[in-house]
Amino acid sequence: MRITDIDKSLFTNVWIIAETIGGRVHPVTYELIGAARGLADARSSKVAAVVIGGEADASLFAYGADLAIVVNAPEFSGFNDELECAALNYLIEKHKPEIVLCAATARGRALIPRVAVQTVSGLTADCTGLAIDPETGDLLQTRPAFGGNIMATIRTSNHRPQMATVRPNVMKALPPDPGRSGEVIRETLLGGAVKNAKRVIETVRGGEAQINLGEARVIVSGGRAMKGPEGFNMLKRLADKLGGAVGASRAAVDAGWIAYPHQVGQTGQTVQTALYIACGISGQIQHLVGMQSCGCIVAIDKNPDTPMMRLADIAVTGDVFEIVPAMTEALQ
Amino acid sequence: MRIVVCVKQVPGTSDAKIDPETKRIIREGIKSVMNPFDLYAIEAAVQLRERFGGEVIALSMGPERASAVIREAMAIGADRGALLSDRAFGGSDTWATSYALARAVDTIDTMSKASGGVDLVICGKQAVDGDTAQVGPGIAAHLGYSQAAYVEAVREVKQDSITVQRMNEDGYDVCEIAFPAVITVVKGLNQPRVPTLRGVLAARAADVPIWKPADIGAALDKIGLDASPTRVVKTAPPEPRGGETARVEGTPAESAARLVQLLKARELI
Ligand SMILES: Cc1cc2nc3c(=O)[nH]c(=O)nc-3n(C[C@H](O)[C@H](O)[C@H](O)COP(=O)(O)OP(=O)(O)OC[C@H]3O[C@@H](n4cnc5c(N)ncnc54)[C@H](O)[C@@H]3O)c2cc1C
Ligand SMILES: Cc1cc2nc3c(=O)[nH]c(=O)nc-3n(C[C@H](O)[C@H](O)[C@H](O)COP(=O)(O)OP(=O)(O)OC[C@H]3O[C@@H](n4cnc5c(N)ncnc54)[C@H](O)[C@@H]3O)c2cc1C
Repeated sequence: MRITDIDKSLFTNVWIIAETIGGRVHPVTYELIGAARGLADARSSKVAAVVIGGEADASLFAYGADLAIVVNAPEFSGFNDELECAALNYLIEKHKPEIVLCAATARGRALIPRVAVQTVSGLTADCTGLAIDPETGDLLQTRPAFGGNIMATIRTSNHRPQMATVRPNVMKALPPDPGRSGEVIRETLLGGAVKNAKRVIETVRGGEAQINLGEARVIVSGGRAMKGPEGFNMLKRLADKLGGAVGASRAAVDAGWIAYPHQVGQTGQTVQTALYIACGISGQIQHLVGMQSCGCIVAIDKNPDTPMMRLADIAVTGDVFEIVPAMTEALQ
Repeated sequence: MRIVVCVKQVPGTSDAKIDPETKRIIREGIKSVMNPFDLYAIEAAVQLRERFGGEVIALSMGPERASAVIREAMAIGADRGALLSDRAFGGSDTWATSYALARAVDTIDTMSKASGGVDLVICGKQAVDGDTAQVGPGIAAHLGYSQAAYVEAVREVKQDSITVQRMNEDGYDVCEIAFPAVITVVKGLNQPRVPTLRGVLAARAADVPIWKPADIGAALDKIGLDASPTRVVKTAPPEPRGGETARVEGTPAESAARLVQLLKARELI
């Protein structure tokens, strides 16, 4: 809503939209609560976790939420953007949160722009920093654009709620306190059927599509140097040791050695993992824009002087077919 | 089937620079191209038209030179296009951009009601400059259309619905959405065709109408900078990556041991 029509102080509390994955609370939910906690404390307000199509897990409180707002009904079992949006519109209208944070996952990025438009709110994508003006409650949202080549600071001073998405692994979860508890508010949707809701026919987990690049903490990524699918099997063994996922340059994807969902870069995924290990990837700009915001970058290349080797925090000169197995071995 | 495809003109390189004086993004001297994801959107639309008949309309909002991306879309199969261009649209965030595009879709729908109106709007998954992925769902929200984002396959098309496969971090799902609908597409969906010389020449000669706010019934208090809830208050280069590059050399076993040691010291493994 536009603030010229309403009073800012009517809007209180920081909401996070809880996300589940395979029936469990998605870890990004705890990271959102961690970020929300700091903002709510600065405003002496509360953190509420909104759970749609599930129940309030006790862990939400342990990680710092004060309330859980639960909307549960069988029709929410699949990911039905139109229905979830209608539910959120209703809750926002009723409870008037000051801030709404949502995970920048495939689901979150589909759902929350619909809510932002229909509630006339500003929405800032993929925030890496969230600060708050304790007096006005205005968020200072920092986000990368142009593939990480520019950091923009965005304000939504004249609208409430202020909405932002955050990628997994960007914010820090607080240490859980199992003794903490909170209040559960149950809501039932009024107003009948939502026009144009979709029919979710099947939901398939895993398989080739299960790559979790966006959620991995570690990515072991391979380029043209991998020579073929066997090279990627070698990377997979290292990734498994590190509890990570396998990524790839476009050269490797175009060669057919690994499927497109693994591609990192301008026309693939943008990732922000804690650790990115680039194996035989030269570091052309279209690749760098997809990974240069990662926490620690390791490059392994025969050529010590590639853009990736110069960008990296740790640059290992050598043959990937020797270094990678040696590293996998060293981790035994 | 009548399909509107939204195409955005973006800088040809993501290697954006900031003017140290004005702190603004330097756009001069940088070649503009079509947002790479929008090529898959056009290809998807053209394939649907080839199977089911109808019409593909390319729509863009931007400065007048953005008519180039409409022509590019026509060169690879769009039947016609329109460009929203006016100072009043300038500075629009995703809320206002999706409002303007939604108004244009609604206008096309009204004009073509006699022949069934608009069935489907297709967007790229995201633009490589603004990078928000918010405009597609935003258009659906303004119009009250159903939506599916991150579509990686079209499974089935019926008279009044489309069934698509949506990718997510955990796998995928399959859903049926009723027309009119908005979908946003990812790269794996198809292989965009290359323009033919005939297509390029025809597109060059084609008339690309420019639409002003009044042409699409857009309220002036819902477009442009002033109507945009979000405001970019500062842009800056990212913090330089901290510190020097640690160089590791030696035999494979030595290098691997040293690497593991460095990663442990950083508490990464
Ligand atoms: C519009 C557009 C979009 C693009 N989008 C993407 C994108 O999303 N993602 C992407 O990755 N690319 C993208 N590209 C392609 C990009 O420009 C590069 O071509 C690509 O990233 C190169 O892949 P690479 O680094 O694996 O291969 P190369 O550049 O060939 O690098 C291979 C590296 O491996 C090293 N090497 C070879 N053998 C060994 C060995 N045995 N041991 C150690 N090192 C070895 C070499 O020294 C070299 O540094 C895009 C290009 C365009 C034009
Ligand atoms: C540095 C910077 C940061 C920004 N951050 C935000 C932000 O966090 N929130 C916000 O609301 N706005 C933001 N904006 C404004 C936003 O970039 C513009 O509103 C832009 O017009 C659309 O957003 P996008 O580029 O992210 O498109 P996306 O939503 O990523 O585009 C998705 C698809 O929508 C279609 N589409 C998008 N724009 C057009 C167009 N002009 N014409 C035709 N089709 C189009 C295309 O099919 C495209 O593939 C930012 C702008 C800058 C310069």
